[in-house]
Amino acid sequence: MRVSRGEVVMNYVLLIAFALFALAPVLTILIGSVSAPLGEPAGFYPGNYLEAWTVGGFGSSLGNSVVVAAIVVGLATVLSIGSGYALGTMRFPGATVLFYLFLLGMMIPAEATIIPLFFDLRTLGLTDTYLAIALPQVAQSIAFGTFWLRAQFRSMPTSLLEAAALDGAGPLRALRSILVPASRPAIVTLVVLVFMWTWNEFLIALIMTPSGSRRTAPLGLATFQGQYTSETALLAAAAVIIALPTVILFLFLQRHFIRGMLEGVAK
Amino acid sequence: MARSWVTPLLFLLPAFAVYAAFALYPLGRAAQFSLFEWRGFGASTFVGLQNYVDLAGDAAFRAAIGNALVLIVFYAVIPLVVGLVLAAILRRGQVRGMGFFRTVIFLPQVIALVVVAVAWRQIYSPVGPLNQVLEAVGLGGLTRGWLGDPGTALASVGFIGTWVEMGLVMLLMLSGMSRIPAELFEAARLDGAGPVKEFFAITLPAVRGEITVALVLTIIAALKTFDLVYMTTSGGPGNSTTVPSYEVYFRAFDLREVGSASAVAIVLTLLIFAINVGVTRIGERES
Repeated sequence: MRVSRGEVVMNYVLLIAFALFALAPVLTILIGSVSAPLGEPAGFYPGNYLEAWTVGGFGSSLGNSVVVAAIVVGLATVLSIGSGYALGTMRFPGATVLFYLFLLGMMIPAEATIIPLFFDLRTLGLTDTYLAIALPQVAQSIAFGTFWLRAQFRSMPTSLLEAAALDGAGPLRALRSILVPASRPAIVTLVVLVFMWTWNEFLIALIMTPSGSRRTAPLGLATFQGQYTSETALLAAAAVIIALPTVILFLFLQRHFIRGMLEGVAK
Repeated sequence: MARSWVTPLLFLLPAFAVYAAFALYPLGRAAQFSLFEWRGFGASTFVGLQNYVDLAGDAAFRAAIGNALVLIVFYAVIPLVVGLVLAAILRRGQVRGMGFFRTVIFLPQVIALVVVAVAWRQIYSPVGPLNQVLEAVGLGGLTRGWLGDPGTALASVGFIGTWVEMGLVMLLMLSGMSRIPAELFEAARLDGAGPVKEFFAITLPAVRGEITVALVLTIIAALKTFDLVYMTTSGGPGNSTTVPSYEVYFRAFDLREVGSASAVAIVLTLLIFAINVGVTRIGERES
């Protein structure tokens, strides 16, 4: 089927215009990050990255982000595999109600849970800890993970599980040696999405670390902006440092991001 | 017989325990908090539904709801139009570099919103690239501090939302359109249908489900736009860019009105539930 030449040109014009629109802020930041810091003559300043890293203390805030992300991704994935397995392959009374309870969690905004959590955890002396930042995010990710892996495990042929049972494998071995290996792509998608959500999370991290001692990378950037508002070059360099991990992951694992973000929400 | 639920329970319980303790229980606590007057420490007073009653006449809360409605245009309506058009173009094919366009236009979705805010603050700054471009093309009269001007602050924040959401909507539409059998388009073109007619007769009806999903996601994003507001305007100037999500934080931690903050949080939660159910219902009825 032919599409007229005029239409093809028009299509390209629109696509290129929107691609430029999408890229413009990214390029602004990239160019800004190597341009002259306050009071310096114009030029190329790759040293801004080092300067921003040291001045903004990003070593420690990135470290905090890594710890929080490891806890959230690890716990949420393992726990969701368990709940997805139970809800996706086993029949038991109350299964439907439980499934809807988990589904509800995908709609509960962090704004609603984080205030009581903050005050209750403060009473217990647990604010300013990694767990205070991580566990509310684990809960959110479990809601999605359960839903996601239930669908995945349900779609597996039952003959696989029956064969495992005939071989005398218990439910845990069937899960570990058959279902999980066969579901690797879906699990990778879950890991990648949960990592991105956790890495980019702002509100929960902001509230749960009132002293700033467990400040994650996005909070480090917010604090940096508060202190050095006019240092646009250093601020841009810091922004690039924080955006880089998820952007690189996205460029390499695009299919997982896109599949998860589209199918996960579309079902 | 006992075994039939012992095994599933063992697999389910750890996940459910964490989920219940850190999502369901605190939601219940928020509802409870919303019935009290409390400054975050010391004694609290039971006030019944007074916090909710007060919200009805609260200028900042009403501004937050009004602003959220405006943001919905920028976060949901405009990205929907843009996303539909771009996806239709990509689907019709004969475009080289489809993968490139898809990746680039989706990219804003994966960048932390704090980073997005830093980037756009620089763009909108009085000496930033936006004003430089306006000067260069002879529109110097339009230049201003976009985020500081009460007349443009909300639209400026909203425009960032358009930038963030258009790629997500485009990809949702593309995945819907990929299910349309190619023969349908061929038949339409044999009948002499142009791109516009083809779009309204075939493409649009086929992606109704995806439109519903896109609207639910982007409308909720508009209501919850905390990171951007916190980083760019702190809700100002005045109340011109505050949103429900920002009100929750501001009331709890700056005004120290924890009860009122919780009432806003509960209203926000109910709004999100209602939008999910409402938009989905409308989507189903239409089809």
